[in-house]
Parts: sequence; structure tokens; C-alpha cells
Amino acid sequence: MIRVIKEKCTGCGLCIKVCPFSAISKTSDNKVEIDLTKCNLCSACVSVCKFSAIIIERKEEEKDLSQYKNVWVFGEQKRGVIQPVVYELLGKGRELADNLGCELWTVLLGYKIKNRAQELIHRGADKVIVVEDPLLENFLDEPYTQVLVDLIQKYKPEILLAGATTIGRALISRVAVKVHAGLTADCTGLEIDPAKKILLQTRPAFGGNIMATIITPNHRPQMATVRHKVMKEAPVDSERKGEVEVLNYNGKLNSKTKLIDMIDEVGKTVNLAEADIIVSGGRGLGKAENFKIIEELAEVLGAAVGASRAAVDAGWISYAHQVGQTGRTVCPRLYIACGISGQIQHLVGMQSSDIIVAINKDPEAPIFKVADYGIVGDLFEIVPLLTTRFREVLKK
Amino acid sequence: MKIIVCIKQVPETTNVKIDPEKGTLIREGVDSIINPFDMYAIEEGLRIKERLGEGEVIVISMGPPQADQALREAISMGADSAVLITDRKLAGSDTWATSYTLARAIEKIGDYNLILCGKQAIDGDTAQVGPGISSWLDIPQVTYVKKIREITKDKAIVERMTEEGFDVIEIPLPALFTVVKEINEPRLPSLKGKLRARKVEIPVWGVNELGLEEEKIGLDGSPTRVVKIFTPPPREKGMILEGEPQKVVDSLVEKLKDVVIR
Repeated sequence: MIRVIKEKCTGCGLCIKVCPFSAISKTSDNKVEIDLTKCNLCSACVSVCKFSAIIIERKEEEKDLSQYKNVWVFGEQKRGVIQPVVYELLGKGRELADNLGCELWTVLLGYKIKNRAQELIHRGADKVIVVEDPLLENFLDEPYTQVLVDLIQKYKPEILLAGATTIGRALISRVAVKVHAGLTADCTGLEIDPAKKILLQTRPAFGGNIMATIITPNHRPQMATVRHKVMKEAPVDSERKGEVEVLNYNGKLNSKTKLIDMIDEVGKTVNLAEADIIVSGGRGLGKAENFKIIEELAEVLGAAVGASRAAVDAGWISYAHQVGQTGRTVCPRLYIACGISGQIQHLVGMQSSDIIVAINKDPEAPIFKVADYGIVGDLFEIVPLLTTRFREVLKK
Repeated sequence: MKIIVCIKQVPETTNVKIDPEKGTLIREGVDSIINPFDMYAIEEGLRIKERLGEGEVIVISMGPPQADQALREAISMGADSAVLITDRKLAGSDTWATSYTLARAIEKIGDYNLILCGKQAIDGDTAQVGPGISSWLDIPQVTYVKKIREITKDKAIVERMTEEGFDVIEIPLPALFTVVKEINEPRLPSLKGKLRARKVEIPVWGVNELGLEEEKIGLDGSPTRVVKIFTPPPREKGMILEGEPQKVVDSLVEKLKDVVIR
């Protein structure tokens, strides 16, 4: 439970400001009190208190976790192609494994996929467990869960990482419940606590307005899904050697769900998750046809096309393009926002991009607060000029 | 057709701002809303009932006592009944403990055909509770559902949004779906609904009513724990490029050249 140590509390009120649930208030003696019916025990107040006057107490249990070892990466594949996020996880996973003095393993589920195992070893894996089965050819929640749970119980990894992708998030959440593990979603930072040798998992919450560091002290594996494009890809070393173990579940897998079709939409301009550059349009475009100038700039840059909620709700472009709270969260190297005012719901979906460029008529637009480069001006003039200039520079 | 919709009451994020000087989180007022993705789940539940011409939509929420308000809003949209799961002992539950608690509540309701959740909540952004529930219940799931093509009491064909487009999936019921925004546009509450929402009795279930195992709930039953909360370092102050458009564009392209050419 949570409590305030009155002797230590100075009544500075910092905790009142940070409480996302408005559960803290001043008392008549200039201390604070916590309304337990509102408190969610999120610990924001504990972190912010400079006087250690708020504490959360819990029952501590000691468990022997020494049998768990090695860092695992889930080798997500689609249509037999290893997804780029896996290489990012291997980069980070290698670092974690070296720090802990253990091995880095990758689990690769698919069908006729053995020959991909070497790619994973070249990217830093010490061992790849390959499970091949027709039911694993494409992602299906049930057989994937079944295999992963079985492997975890058999080999007892200490840490398991997966991409925070459509597949990763659906699968790992299911697995975590079955193996009674702690799971942290969408991490942007992972490191090993030097003293306790446990995984410190840092992730954005409240749409990135606050960051939280989370640990799993008494359960194994320590599981995390990791945001794509944040960690650095592991380099390729084609001389690297490792072990490959191929397992077979001969007829033991089953799935109630059936994948009838996989459909790729509009090809390259829509995959926001994979894009290094995104050009986004908003309300300032005025109508659907005007997305053409966004698409032209995107094409020259080899970028994906994004959109604000306003543009999607107006029916100018499909939902798959929406960036922001009710759309996708993206973090490309370059994000160009055209005619987007920058409501908080949009900002939370793109503010972790490396470089942000904003083009907007209104000098007061909030988008300029997060922009590295801002141009106050008419997007119908600026964007085509940009397209032309980039075309020259890129010689397209 | 018995449909259970899981919803969460969340702080309205438009009110969350960072104090630029102190770097702390400021919340103006205490506005709480139904998590936006859960609105699509409620709406889809109502639409399935209408489509089949029969059925029942039950909305459940785990949270503090004031989550009652969120449930009443769902009733005002047309949900048939609601259950509030609240207990001091549940505070501090992570996604593992939350999905356990919700799964037990769903089992207590029983005889369900479909469970609907929003794809994630906008405060935690984990997207873990929905799949966690189906894992506890051992039922199949489809996440990120953007369209229900066909549905009967026993079977559905749905579209799952993916990074590249969508998958078409056939799934037997009972099952759990998490839904994205594209699936529908939530209706506004009706006058009749509002009246009903005011009067309707919402049962409150706690740890005892649900027969929960105490070592699986709340702060102590949660495998994960938060050790630190902090404000991300603010972005460095940007540069406003001013002047004649062609010159501004030339200078921007010059600055971005290295980023764009790879």
C-alpha cells in the first residue's frame, strides 16, 4: 500500500502536480494526503518526491530464479522474411547478453524456414531454435503461443524480447499470461541494472508525456516488446558461427482460427512502421485531391504518407495512414508535417521522430514547439518547391 | 448472442501537459473519459446485436468506484447492462493481474459468445490486457480488428489490420477481438439511453464476489513494478526558417540533405 510519511513531507506539492489521477491533496497542516479511492499506485509521486516522503510497500517474496538463463529474441517473420525489428532486437540483445555473460538465442517459427537461421547468427545470435510446421507458416495466435510457451518452459530463458508489432503484441501478451511472466509493452530503452543484474525496461506512457522504468523482480522470463526503429540494428558478420536446433511438433499443434488471406494495401506508401521518412498532411490541405502534393514529395523522398486525424476523419485519406493517439505511433528519421497544427493527440504519435519539420501558416501552431525546423508559410507554395529542390538534389 | 465489452476509464489526455519550466506533468481538471478505442468496441457490440436482430451487450470495467460513470455512458449509448469491478485490493494491478481479474469476471457472467476490447488504452498504451484475457479464458483471439465481415453465434470472418494492409481471418466463437478506430463511428447517446443510464443499477463486484486468488491481484500480484517515472527530456528548441520561400526551401533542403540521402 501507499502512504505519506508526515514527518518527511514538506508540503511542497510537487506530487500533487504529477499525479495523473488527481488523488493527492493538501491537508490543513500543510502536508499531503492520498485519496486511496483514486490512487492507481502508478508511483509517479514516489519518483518525484525529493524528500522520500511517499512510499509504496509490498510483500516481498524471494524466489530462486537461478535456473533461468540466456537472452531470447523472437524472430518475427512474414512470408518467410525476417522482419527488420528482429535485427534491432539482436543488436540490443547481444549487448544485454554480453553484460550478463550469457548467450543470445533466437526463436524462429515458420515453415520451410531453416535456411534463414544463418542470417540470425550473422547478426549476433549464438543459437537459433527453428520450429517448422505448416501451421506456423504465417502468424496464428494459438499455435505460436503453444510453441513459445513450450520452449520457454523447456529452456527457461532469463529475458525474452519481441518487436512491439501487430504480431509481437498479440502473441507475447498471451504467452506472458501462460508462463506467469512480467511483460512490459513498447519499450524504448533496455539496460541491465549493474547491481541486481535485472532488466530495466523503460517505456513511454500517457502518449509519451511521461516515461516509466519497469522491472520484473520475481518472475522469469523478464519479457518486453520493443518499439521498432528505436534500437540500432545489429551489424552483419558473415563469418560468425552459431548453433541451429530444428524442432518438430509433428501434428501436435492446432489452431481454431484460420488465415484466409493476407492483403498488402497500396504498397510502399502506406507502411508507416517501416518508413525512414514520413511526409504527413493535415487539415491545412483543405481537400482530398490536395494530398497529391504530399504524395509527390513522399515519392521523391521514398517516404511513406502520413495524415492527421482531421484529414482521416474528413475522409481525404484512409485510416491506415493516421499518425497519433488513435492511429499509429511512428519514429522515423525524418517527419515532415504539412498543414498539421499539432494537437497533443498528433504529437504523441510522432514526437519521438529524429528530425521534425513543420510547415504551417499559423506561427502559433503547437507543431512548431516540437519541430527542429519550422517554416511559417503556405504549404501549397512551400511543399512543391521542396519537391522540386529535393528532386534536383537527389537527381531523380 | 451474448457480447461482453471491456472498457477502461482514462484521464482525458488533452489535459495532460508538461510544465515547461519544472518539466513536470500538469493535469488541468480531472476529466475522465471512456478510452477512445473502447468506444469503438461498445459501438461494434451494439452493431452486431442490431445486425443479428438479437443479443445482449454487457459492459464491464475494472477501476476505481468512479468508473461507474464510464459504464453509465456505455448504457446511454445502448448497452443492456453493466458490471463494475472495483476493490481497493485491485489497485496497482499490472496487465497480468488485470487480465486475470477481468477474465474471472467474464467467467462469472458466463455463456458469452464474444468479448470485445479496444486495441489499447491511451494512458498505458500496452495493448496487453485484451490478449491476456483470451489467454486466461483459453479462447481464440484476433487483435486489431478493422472489420467484421460475417458473424453468427458460432463463427466470424474478420479483417485484422497489419503493418502492410490486412489479414482475413476465420474464427469460431466464443472468441475475443480487439478493435481499431477504422471499424466504425461510435453513436451519440440517445435521450432514452441517458434516462436509462441514470436509473440503471450497476452491480459492483470485488475480490470476494469474484473469488479471486489474492496472490494474483493488485500490486502484490503483479509481476512487473514501476521503479521510476520521469519526464522525457524536452526536444531541443527548433529553428524557424524565415524569408523568401525559395531561399527558405533551399536552406531546408541543404540541412536535410544528409538525412535524406542514404
